[in-house]
Amino acid sequence: MPVGALEGLLQTLKGMSITFKYLFVPPVTVQYPEEKRKAPPRFKGRHYLRLWADGTERCIACHLCEIVCPANAIHVVDAPNPKTNPISKSHRYAADFQINMLRCIFVGDCEEVCPVDCIVLSDDYEVSGYTREELIYTKDMLLEKHPGASGRDPMVKRGDGRME
Amino acid sequence: MTETQTPTWAFGLITLGKGLAVLVGLLTAAAYLTWLERRLLARFQLRLGPNRVGPFGLLQPLADGLKLMMKETFLPQEADRAVFLIAPALSMLAALLAFAVIPFGPPLELWGVKLFQLADPDVGVLFVLAVSSLGVYGVILGGWASASKYSLLGGLRSSAQMISYELAVGLAIVGVILLSGTLRLSEIVAQQAEGVWNVFLQPLGFLLFVIGGIAETNRAPFDLPEAEHELVGGFHTEYAGMRFASFFVAEYGHMVVMASVATTLFLGGWDGPFVEQAPLLGLLWFALKVFAFMFLFIWLRATLPRVRYDQLMSLGWKVLIPLALLNLTLTAAGVAALGAS
Ligand code: SF4
Ligand code: SF4
Repeated sequence: MPVGALEGLLQTLKGMSITFKYLFVPPVTVQYPEEKRKAPPRFKGRHYLRLWADGTERCIACHLCEIVCPANAIHVVDAPNPKTNPISKSHRYAADFQINMLRCIFVGDCEEVCPVDCIVLSDDYEVSGYTREELIYTKDMLLEKHPGASGRDPMVKRGDGRME
Repeated sequence: MTETQTPTWAFGLITLGKGLAVLVGLLTAAAYLTWLERRLLARFQLRLGPNRVGPFGLLQPLADGLKLMMKETFLPQEADRAVFLIAPALSMLAALLAFAVIPFGPPLELWGVKLFQLADPDVGVLFVLAVSSLGVYGVILGGWASASKYSLLGGLRSSAQMISYELAVGLAIVGVILLSGTLRLSEIVAQQAEGVWNVFLQPLGFLLFVIGGIAETNRAPFDLPEAEHELVGGFHTEYAGMRFASFFVAEYGHMVVMASVATTLFLGGWDGPFVEQAPLLGLLWFALKVFAFMFLFIWLRATLPRVRYDQLMSLGWKVLIPLALLNLTLTAAGVAALGAS
């Protein structure tokens, strides 16, 4: 009995010495709103509709992303591309493009299926809102503000999948 | 003593002032201990802990208190109303009352009234033991009156645990009493201030007292009464709002009292370097020692998993109590042989 008790006491002290060391290890907490972590290269965040370098829209309203989406999150409305001031480089363009961020499960199938590398998933993970309506992203929200604004080119391989 | 020379009104006034100061101090300490515990525990686990409310999260206890006050006070349908309401108050009372006899500073006197001790009865040690074991009533009555199986189990566990460990704690204290030959707490401290601290004469007793004290205050790794994984919240499952807060504050108050008693009996109370020159330093030493105990409590919680109930009982009855008896026998033999005090 006393031997067991002594052993227990020693083990307790050993455990306490280990936890004491951890008191001096800097915390791993990221102070989120002030301090942001960069998402890993393969991260799939909110979508962007990319532009060609000349500023015209890539999307040709082929509906492929809409069809492939397992969550039925995408809604595309096509319209004939105006002859003067063409919006895309095809005979059609997306008159409206909506993604319901509450339905999307961020699989990235839309990005993979897109024939013109238009729709991409960026590393922006701050998809939040106060109402359901404001989480249905409309075309003006999805369109890149300038070519390359999404920071993502599907022709460039994403990282090797490991976290940095 | 000198009460004949002191006018009654002065005595009353000073006592009232002391009482209020101690009450406010204790409650603040208890509130900030919750903050300290969360911050320290977080650091042990490589987190930051609450740091948003005020600088370093220092206003967190206020925010918590405010939140608890706004909560609905909930009374279970089957609950025994009167007992349900009294239990948290009883817990709090026991925790606060025990502090009344602790000498938390050097014996400075103002018009013959001790400044840093609320009352100094000749049976101080007994008073502490008696009052602190009253705390178990709050727990078991709260558990019983809630009419919920979790609360009842928690309350029962708690009473069995507190009663078992009280024995070891009591026996450890008897060792100190044998050495000092008095039950008056101020005298026990004064003796230690002149001679050596009791922890050096009673190392085993000190260890037993600390282990027993942790179990008595229901702290990890002996926090079985509120084992959240099996008993939801234990005895306070059905409590909400300020009544829950009373239990919570009582638990921390109880910790402070335990630490104060340990400091008084074993670590020389307010004794420390330069106390003779600057008596007010004694307050600081006392606070530091109590703080060290709080740190130990939190450190243990960050280290050890909760013990099983049978382990708890066999530790109490098969290890601590025999060791305490051994300690007592050795002390008694030593005192008899040296003819001390
Ligand atoms: S990421 Fe997946 S779920 Fe989201 S829109 Fe694209 S295909 Fe649909
Ligand atoms: S985003 Fe791509 S896949 Fe979707 S409609 Fe436009 S071109 Fe087709």
